[in-house]
Amino acid sequence: MDPAQVSGKTSEHVLTYADGSRRRVFVTLVETPYPHGKLIVSRTDTLGNITQCNPSFVEMSGYTEAEIIGQPHCILRHPDMPAAAFRDLWDTVKAGRQWNGYVKNLRKDGGHYWVYATVVPNIRDGQIVGFTSVRREPSREKVIAAEVQYRSLS
Amino acid sequence: MTFNLTVSPSFPNERISDWYIFNTWLQRALGLPIHLELYDSFGAQRAAIGEGKVDMIYANPFDASLLVREKGFRAVVQPEGQPDEMLIIAAAEGPSSAMTALRPGTRLACSDDPCVNTVGRILLEPANLDAGNTIEHRRETYIQVAREVLRGEADIGFLPVDAFNALSSIVRRDLQVLVTSQLHVIRHVFLVGPALHERANEITALLASMHETEKGRGILEALGARRWQAVQREDVEFMIDIISTLTQ
Repeated sequence: MDPAQVSGKTSEHVLTYADGSRRRVFVTLVETPYPHGKLIVSRTDTLGNITQCNPSFVEMSGYTEAEIIGQPHCILRHPDMPAAAFRDLWDTVKAGRQWNGYVKNLRKDGGHYWVYATVVPNIRDGQIVGFTSVRREPSREKVIAAEVQYRSLS
Repeated sequence: MTFNLTVSPSFPNERISDWYIFNTWLQRALGLPIHLELYDSFGAQRAAIGEGKVDMIYANPFDASLLVREKGFRAVVQPEGQPDEMLIIAAAEGPSSAMTALRPGTRLACSDDPCVNTVGRILLEPANLDAGNTIEHRRETYIQVAREVLRGEADIGFLPVDAFNALSSIVRRDLQVLVTSQLHVIRHVFLVGPALHERANEITALLASMHETEKGRGILEALGARRWQAVQREDVEFMIDIISTLTQ
Protein backbone atom coordinates (compact mmCIF):
# COMPACT_ATOMS: atom_id res chain seq x y z
CA MET A 1 0.00 0.00 0.00
CA ASP A 2 1.37 3.37 -0.96
CA PRO A 3 1.31 5.77 2.04
CA ALA A 4 1.40 8.68 -0.41
CA GLN A 5 -2.16 7.72 -1.43
CA VAL A 6 -3.39 8.12 2.14
CA SER A 7 -4.12 11.51 3.60
CA GLY A 8 -4.97 12.67 7.09
CA LYS A 9 -4.25 10.97 10.38
CA THR A 10 -3.27 7.35 9.78
CA SER A 11 -2.28 4.27 11.70
CA GLU A 12 0.09 1.64 10.29
CA HIS A 13 -0.65 -2.08 10.39
CA VAL A 14 0.97 -5.22 9.02
CA LEU A 15 -1.50 -7.84 7.78
CA THR A 16 -0.52 -11.50 7.55
CA TYR A 17 -2.54 -13.46 5.01
CA ALA A 18 -3.44 -17.14 5.06
CA ASP A 19 -0.56 -17.99 2.68
CA GLY A 20 1.94 -16.36 5.05
CA SER A 21 2.50 -13.27 2.91
CA ARG A 22 2.46 -9.87 4.58
CA ARG A 23 1.22 -6.43 3.61
CA ARG A 24 1.78 -3.08 5.29
CA VAL A 25 -1.33 -0.91 5.25
CA PHE A 26 -2.16 2.63 6.37
CA VAL A 27 -5.59 3.22 7.77
CA THR A 28 -7.68 6.30 8.47
CA LEU A 29 -10.97 6.55 10.35
CA VAL A 30 -12.83 7.90 7.32
CA GLU A 31 -15.87 5.85 6.31
CA THR A 32 -17.32 6.10 2.81
CA PRO A 33 -21.11 5.64 2.95
CA TYR A 34 -22.50 2.76 0.92
CA PRO A 35 -24.33 4.13 -2.15
CA HIS A 36 -28.08 3.45 -1.84
CA GLY A 37 -29.55 0.96 -4.29
CA LYS A 38 -26.27 -0.39 -5.62
CA LEU A 39 -24.69 -3.81 -5.61
CA ILE A 40 -20.94 -4.30 -5.55
CA VAL A 41 -20.07 -7.35 -7.63
CA SER A 42 -16.78 -9.11 -8.28
CA ARG A 43 -15.51 -12.50 -9.34
CA THR A 44 -12.28 -14.26 -8.51
CA ASP A 45 -10.52 -17.36 -9.77
CA THR A 46 -10.14 -20.31 -7.43
CA LEU A 47 -7.05 -18.69 -5.90
CA GLY A 48 -8.93 -15.54 -4.96
CA ASN A 49 -7.49 -13.29 -7.66
CA ILE A 50 -9.98 -10.76 -9.02
CA THR A 51 -11.02 -11.50 -12.61
CA GLN A 52 -14.04 -9.21 -13.00
CA CYS A 53 -15.68 -6.35 -11.12
CA ASN A 54 -18.49 -3.89 -11.71
CA PRO A 55 -18.32 -0.07 -11.64
CA SER A 56 -19.64 0.06 -8.04
CA PHE A 57 -16.72 -2.12 -6.93
CA VAL A 58 -14.25 0.23 -8.61
CA GLU A 59 -15.93 3.33 -7.19
CA MET A 60 -16.01 2.06 -3.61
CA SER A 61 -12.52 0.54 -3.59
CA GLY A 62 -10.84 3.75 -4.72
CA TYR A 63 -8.68 1.83 -7.22
CA THR A 64 -9.01 1.88 -10.98
CA GLU A 65 -10.28 -1.24 -12.70
CA ALA A 66 -6.84 -1.78 -14.23
CA GLU A 67 -5.28 -1.70 -10.76
CA ILE A 68 -7.82 -4.18 -9.38
CA ILE A 69 -7.96 -6.91 -12.02
CA GLY A 70 -5.50 -9.69 -11.23
CA GLN A 71 -5.00 -8.58 -7.62
CA PRO A 72 -5.81 -10.93 -4.73
CA HIS A 73 -9.17 -10.13 -3.17
CA CYS A 74 -7.45 -9.58 0.17
CA ILE A 75 -6.26 -6.23 -1.18
CA LEU A 76 -9.53 -5.01 0.40
CA ARG A 77 -8.84 -6.54 3.78
CA HIS A 78 -9.10 -4.10 6.65
CA PRO A 79 -6.98 -4.72 9.78
CA ASP A 80 -10.10 -4.52 11.97
CA MET A 81 -11.45 -7.69 10.30
CA PRO A 82 -10.52 -10.82 12.25
CA ALA A 83 -8.64 -13.48 10.31
CA ALA A 84 -11.17 -16.03 11.57
CA ALA A 85 -13.93 -14.41 9.50
CA PHE A 86 -12.00 -14.90 6.25
CA ARG A 87 -10.96 -18.40 7.24
CA ASP A 88 -14.62 -19.24 7.70
CA LEU A 89 -15.45 -17.59 4.37
CA TRP A 90 -12.92 -19.60 2.39
CA ASP A 91 -13.64 -22.87 4.20
CA THR A 92 -17.34 -22.41 3.41
CA VAL A 93 -17.13 -21.50 -0.26
CA LYS A 94 -14.40 -24.03 -1.05
CA ALA A 95 -16.77 -26.65 0.36
CA GLY A 96 -19.29 -25.54 -2.28
CA ARG A 97 -21.54 -23.56 0.03
CA GLN A 98 -22.63 -19.93 0.25
CA TRP A 99 -21.13 -17.59 2.86
CA ASN A 100 -22.50 -14.31 4.08
CA GLY A 101 -21.52 -11.78 6.67
CA TYR A 102 -20.76 -8.16 7.46
CA VAL A 103 -17.38 -6.99 6.21
CA LYS A 104 -15.35 -3.83 6.73
CA ASN A 105 -13.37 -3.25 3.55
CA LEU A 106 -10.21 -1.18 3.15
CA ARG A 107 -10.08 1.46 0.44
CA LYS A 108 -7.01 2.52 -1.49
CA ASP A 109 -7.06 5.85 0.38
CA GLY A 110 -6.92 4.12 3.78
CA GLY A 111 -10.61 4.70 4.51
CA HIS A 112 -13.21 1.98 4.74
CA TYR A 113 -16.77 0.98 3.84
CA TRP A 114 -19.07 -1.60 5.37
CA VAL A 115 -20.99 -4.14 3.32
CA TYR A 116 -23.21 -7.15 3.77
CA ALA A 117 -21.38 -9.67 1.60
CA THR A 118 -22.53 -12.92 0.08
CA VAL A 119 -20.00 -15.18 -1.63
CA VAL A 120 -20.96 -18.16 -3.77
CA PRO A 121 -18.83 -20.72 -5.55
CA ASN A 122 -19.22 -20.71 -9.35
CA ILE A 123 -19.93 -24.36 -10.04
CA ARG A 124 -19.75 -25.45 -13.69
CA ASP A 125 -20.19 -29.08 -14.66
CA GLY A 126 -19.72 -30.04 -11.03
CA GLN A 127 -16.42 -28.19 -10.59
CA ILE A 128 -15.71 -24.96 -8.68
CA VAL A 129 -14.20 -22.62 -11.28
CA GLY A 130 -14.20 -19.43 -9.21
CA PHE A 131 -16.18 -17.36 -6.75
CA THR A 132 -18.68 -14.51 -7.05
CA SER A 133 -19.08 -11.94 -4.30
CA VAL A 134 -22.07 -9.63 -4.12
CA ARG A 135 -22.21 -6.89 -1.50
CA ARG A 136 -25.16 -4.79 -0.51
CA GLU A 137 -25.90 -1.96 1.88
CA PRO A 138 -26.00 -3.08 5.53
CA SER A 139 -28.14 -1.55 8.24
CA ARG A 140 -26.29 0.64 10.73
CA GLU A 141 -27.43 -1.50 13.65
CA LYS A 142 -25.96 -4.62 12.07
CA VAL A 143 -22.68 -2.82 11.42
CA ILE A 144 -22.43 -1.73 15.04
CA ALA A 145 -23.11 -5.29 16.19
CA ALA A 146 -20.45 -6.63 13.80
CA GLU A 147 -17.90 -4.08 15.04
CA VAL A 148 -18.42 -5.26 18.61
CA GLN A 149 -18.19 -8.92 17.60
CA TYR A 150 -15.06 -8.47 15.47
CA ARG A 151 -13.33 -6.46 18.19
CA SER A 152 -13.80 -9.41 20.54
CA LEU A 153 -12.29 -11.78 17.96
CA SER A 154 -9.26 -9.68 17.00
CA MET B 1 -46.38 -31.26 -31.99
CA THR B 2 -47.30 -27.75 -30.94
CA PHE B 3 -44.78 -25.89 -28.80
CA ASN B 4 -45.82 -23.48 -26.06
CA LEU B 5 -44.43 -19.99 -25.71
CA THR B 6 -45.08 -17.73 -22.75
CA VAL B 7 -43.92 -14.35 -21.52
CA SER B 8 -43.14 -13.18 -18.00
CA PRO B 9 -46.29 -11.37 -16.77
CA SER B 10 -44.22 -8.26 -16.01
CA PHE B 11 -44.86 -6.66 -19.42
CA PRO B 12 -47.43 -3.86 -19.82
CA ASN B 13 -50.98 -4.91 -20.80
CA GLU B 14 -50.94 -2.79 -23.93
CA ARG B 15 -48.27 -5.08 -25.35
CA ILE B 16 -50.42 -8.23 -25.29
CA SER B 17 -51.32 -7.96 -28.99
CA ASP B 18 -47.65 -7.28 -29.85
CA TRP B 19 -46.61 -10.57 -28.28
CA TYR B 20 -49.23 -12.36 -30.42
CA ILE B 21 -47.76 -10.67 -33.49
CA PHE B 22 -44.28 -11.76 -32.37
CA ASN B 23 -45.53 -15.32 -31.99
CA THR B 24 -47.02 -15.31 -35.50
CA TRP B 25 -43.70 -14.05 -36.90
CA LEU B 26 -41.76 -16.68 -34.95
CA GLN B 27 -44.00 -19.54 -36.11
CA ARG B 28 -43.60 -18.56 -39.74
CA ALA B 29 -39.86 -18.01 -39.48
CA LEU B 30 -39.24 -21.35 -37.78
CA GLY B 31 -41.94 -23.30 -39.59
CA LEU B 32 -43.14 -24.59 -36.24
CA PRO B 33 -46.60 -24.59 -34.68
CA ILE B 34 -46.26 -22.41 -31.55
CA HIS B 35 -49.06 -21.58 -29.14
CA LEU B 36 -48.69 -18.37 -27.12
CA GLU B 37 -50.11 -18.65 -23.62
CA LEU B 38 -50.06 -15.53 -21.47
CA TYR B 39 -50.61 -15.98 -17.75
CA ASP B 40 -52.24 -13.43 -15.45
CA SER B 41 -49.82 -14.00 -12.61
CA PHE B 42 -46.32 -15.24 -11.85
CA GLY B 43 -47.84 -18.00 -9.75
CA ALA B 44 -49.96 -19.32 -12.63
CA GLN B 45 -46.96 -19.19 -14.94
CA ARG B 46 -44.75 -21.05 -12.46
CA ALA B 47 -47.43 -23.73 -12.12
CA ALA B 48 -47.46 -24.16 -15.91
CA ILE B 49 -43.66 -24.43 -15.92
CA GLY B 50 -43.85 -27.04 -13.19
CA GLU B 51 -46.33 -29.04 -15.27
CA GLY B 52 -44.02 -28.97 -18.28
CA LYS B 53 -46.37 -26.79 -20.32
CA VAL B 54 -43.71 -24.29 -21.42
CA ASP B 55 -41.20 -24.83 -24.26
CA MET B 56 -40.12 -21.24 -24.88
CA ILE B 57 -40.28 -18.29 -22.53
CA TYR B 58 -39.29 -14.68 -22.25
CA ALA B 59 -38.49 -14.88 -18.56
CA ASN B 60 -37.63 -12.52 -15.76
CA PRO B 61 -34.18 -13.16 -14.25
CA PHE B 62 -35.46 -15.06 -11.24
CA ASP B 63 -37.58 -17.48 -13.24
CA ALA B 64 -34.68 -17.83 -15.69
CA SER B 65 -32.55 -19.12 -12.80
CA LEU B 66 -35.09 -21.79 -11.99
CA LEU B 67 -35.53 -22.75 -15.63
CA VAL B 68 -31.81 -23.07 -16.38
CA ARG B 69 -30.67 -24.76 -13.18
CA GLU B 70 -33.68 -27.01 -12.54
CA LYS B 71 -35.55 -27.46 -15.80
CA GLY B 72 -32.76 -27.73 -18.36
CA PHE B 73 -33.71 -24.58 -20.27
CA ARG B 74 -31.09 -22.80 -22.36
CA ALA B 75 -30.88 -19.00 -22.64
CA VAL B 76 -30.54 -17.90 -26.25
CA VAL B 77 -31.01 -14.13 -26.45
CA GLN B 78 -31.71 -11.04 -24.35
CA PRO B 79 -32.92 -7.60 -25.38
CA GLU B 80 -30.22 -5.01 -25.92
CA GLY B 81 -30.43 -2.09 -23.54
CA GLN B 82 -31.03 -1.36 -19.93
CA PRO B 83 -31.02 -4.14 -17.33
CA ASP B 84 -33.98 -4.73 -15.03
CA GLU B 85 -34.19 -2.22 -12.19
CA MET B 86 -36.89 -1.41 -9.66
CA LEU B 87 -37.80 1.40 -7.30
CA ILE B 88 -39.57 2.07 -4.04
CA ILE B 89 -42.28 4.70 -4.17
CA ALA B 90 -44.15 6.68 -1.55
CA ALA B 91 -46.85 9.33 -1.79
CA ALA B 92 -45.38 12.74 -2.63
CA GLU B 93 -47.14 14.32 0.32
CA GLY B 94 -46.93 11.30 2.58
CA PRO B 95 -44.98 10.85 5.81
CA SER B 96 -42.36 8.55 4.23
CA SER B 97 -39.96 11.03 2.69
CA ALA B 98 -36.78 8.95 2.94
CA MET B 99 -35.75 5.36 3.48
CA THR B 100 -34.38 6.27 6.89
CA ALA B 101 -37.83 7.52 7.93
CA LEU B 102 -39.37 4.08 7.47
CA ARG B 103 -40.20 2.26 10.69
CA PRO B 104 -41.39 -1.21 11.74
CA GLY B 105 -45.04 -1.58 10.82
CA THR B 106 -44.49 -0.01 7.39
CA ARG B 107 -47.26 -1.08 4.99
CA LEU B 108 -45.90 -2.01 1.59
CA ALA B 109 -47.82 -2.70 -1.58
CA CYS B 110 -46.34 -5.03 -4.18
CA SER B 111 -47.29 -7.34 -7.01
CA ASP B 112 -46.31 -11.01 -7.14
CA ASP B 113 -43.27 -10.23 -9.33
CA PRO B 114 -40.50 -12.28 -7.65
CA CYS B 115 -37.73 -10.19 -9.13
CA VAL B 116 -39.09 -6.83 -8.03
CA ASN B 117 -40.06 -8.11 -4.60
CA THR B 118 -36.66 -9.68 -3.89
CA VAL B 119 -34.75 -6.58 -4.89
CA GLY B 120 -37.25 -4.38 -3.04
CA ARG B 121 -36.70 -6.37 0.14
CA ILE B 122 -32.93 -5.93 -0.24
CA LEU B 123 -33.36 -2.18 -0.57
CA LEU B 124 -35.31 -2.19 2.71
CA GLU B 125 -32.53 -3.97 4.64
CA PRO B 126 -30.58 -0.79 5.49
CA ALA B 127 -33.75 0.47 7.22
CA ASN B 128 -33.89 -2.79 9.24
CA LEU B 129 -37.18 -3.73 7.62
CA ASP B 130 -38.00 -7.28 6.65
CA ALA B 131 -40.97 -9.58 6.21
CA GLY B 132 -41.29 -9.88 9.98
CA ASN B 133 -41.82 -6.19 10.73
CA THR B 134 -43.64 -4.94 7.63
CA ILE B 135 -47.21 -5.45 6.46
CA GLU B 136 -47.31 -6.64 2.86
CA HIS B 137 -50.30 -5.93 0.61
CA ARG B 138 -50.17 -8.14 -2.50
CA ARG B 139 -51.90 -6.62 -5.51
CA GLU B 140 -52.50 -8.05 -8.96
CA THR B 141 -51.07 -5.22 -11.05
CA TYR B 142 -48.45 -2.52 -10.78
CA ILE B 143 -51.17 0.12 -11.26
CA GLN B 144 -52.97 -1.22 -8.22
CA VAL B 145 -49.70 -0.93 -6.27
CA ALA B 146 -49.35 2.73 -7.25
CA ARG B 147 -53.01 3.40 -6.47
CA GLU B 148 -52.73 1.91 -3.00
CA VAL B 149 -49.78 4.18 -2.21
CA LEU B 150 -51.59 7.23 -3.58
CA ARG B 151 -54.64 6.49 -1.43
CA GLY B 152 -52.52 6.19 1.68
CA GLU B 153 -53.48 2.54 2.14
CA ALA B 154 -49.80 1.61 1.86
CA ASP B 155 -46.76 3.65 2.95
CA ILE B 156 -44.50 2.42 0.17
CA GLY B 157 -44.74 0.35 -3.00
CA PHE B 158 -42.42 -1.78 -5.15
CA LEU B 159 -42.46 -1.15 -8.91
CA PRO B 160 -40.24 -2.00 -11.86
CA VAL B 161 -38.72 1.17 -13.32
CA ASP B 162 -40.52 0.50 -16.62
CA ALA B 163 -43.89 0.25 -14.88
CA PHE B 164 -43.27 3.49 -12.99
CA ASN B 165 -42.32 5.29 -16.19
CA ALA B 166 -45.49 3.94 -17.84
CA LEU B 167 -47.69 5.64 -15.22
CA SER B 168 -49.34 8.87 -16.32
CA SER B 169 -47.50 12.08 -15.52
CA ILE B 170 -50.34 13.06 -13.17
CA VAL B 171 -49.93 9.88 -11.14
CA ARG B 172 -46.14 10.18 -11.10
CA ARG B 173 -46.43 13.78 -9.90
CA ASP B 174 -48.23 12.58 -6.78
CA LEU B 175 -45.58 9.96 -6.05
CA GLN B 176 -41.98 10.20 -4.95
CA VAL B 177 -39.17 7.74 -5.50
CA LEU B 178 -37.38 6.86 -2.27
CA VAL B 179 -34.68 4.71 -3.88
CA THR B 180 -33.94 3.16 -7.27
CA SER B 181 -31.93 -0.01 -7.64
CA GLN B 182 -28.73 0.19 -9.68
CA LEU B 183 -27.86 -3.45 -9.91
CA HIS B 184 -26.83 -3.38 -13.60
CA VAL B 185 -26.44 -7.15 -13.66
CA ILE B 186 -29.82 -8.83 -14.04
CA ARG B 187 -32.13 -8.80 -17.04
CA HIS B 188 -34.89 -10.71 -18.82
CA VAL B 189 -33.80 -13.50 -21.16
CA PHE B 190 -35.42 -15.62 -23.86
CA LEU B 191 -35.06 -19.33 -23.15
CA VAL B 192 -35.85 -22.56 -24.93
CA GLY B 193 -36.70 -25.80 -23.17
CA PRO B 194 -35.23 -29.26 -23.71
CA ALA B 195 -37.74 -30.10 -26.49
CA LEU B 196 -36.21 -27.34 -28.60
CA HIS B 197 -32.51 -27.74 -27.77
CA GLU B 198 -31.80 -29.16 -31.19
CA ARG B 199 -33.00 -25.93 -32.73
CA ALA B 200 -31.48 -23.57 -30.15
CA ASN B 201 -28.72 -22.32 -32.46
CA GLU B 202 -31.22 -21.71 -35.24
CA ILE B 203 -33.52 -19.79 -32.87
CA THR B 204 -30.58 -17.72 -31.61
CA ALA B 205 -29.52 -16.78 -35.13
CA LEU B 206 -33.08 -15.99 -36.14
CA LEU B 207 -33.79 -13.71 -33.18
CA ALA B 208 -30.36 -12.06 -33.22
CA SER B 209 -30.96 -11.00 -36.84
CA MET B 210 -34.62 -10.06 -36.36
CA HIS B 211 -33.85 -6.32 -36.39
CA GLU B 212 -32.32 -6.59 -39.86
CA THR B 213 -35.71 -6.67 -41.59
CA GLU B 214 -38.26 -3.89 -41.51
CA LYS B 215 -40.98 -6.19 -40.27
CA GLY B 216 -38.78 -7.66 -37.53
CA ARG B 217 -37.68 -4.19 -36.47
CA GLY B 218 -41.28 -3.04 -36.23
CA ILE B 219 -42.25 -5.96 -34.02
CA LEU B 220 -39.26 -5.37 -31.75
CA GLU B 221 -40.05 -1.68 -31.41
CA ALA B 222 -43.64 -2.50 -30.47
CA LEU B 223 -42.26 -4.75 -27.73
CA GLY B 224 -40.02 -1.94 -26.46
CA ALA B 225 -36.74 -3.39 -27.72
CA ARG B 226 -34.24 -2.46 -30.43
CA ARG B 227 -32.72 -5.88 -31.03
CA TRP B 228 -32.00 -9.22 -29.45
CA GLN B 229 -28.45 -10.08 -28.46
CA ALA B 230 -27.17 -13.64 -28.35
CA VAL B 231 -26.16 -14.66 -24.84
CA GLN B 232 -23.32 -16.92 -23.87
CA ARG B 233 -23.97 -19.70 -21.41
CA GLU B 234 -21.43 -18.24 -18.97
CA ASP B 235 -23.17 -14.82 -18.99
CA VAL B 236 -26.37 -16.45 -17.84
CA GLU B 237 -24.61 -18.70 -15.33
CA PHE B 238 -22.96 -15.60 -13.83
CA MET B 239 -26.34 -13.84 -13.59
CA ILE B 240 -27.78 -16.90 -11.87
CA ASP B 241 -24.88 -16.95 -9.39
CA ILE B 242 -25.62 -13.32 -8.57
CA ILE B 243 -29.33 -14.02 -8.17
CA SER B 244 -28.53 -16.89 -5.81
CA THR B 245 -26.80 -14.38 -3.52
CA LEU B 246 -29.94 -12.24 -3.48
CA THR B 247 -32.40 -14.97 -2.65
CA GLN B 248 -30.74 -16.50 0.41
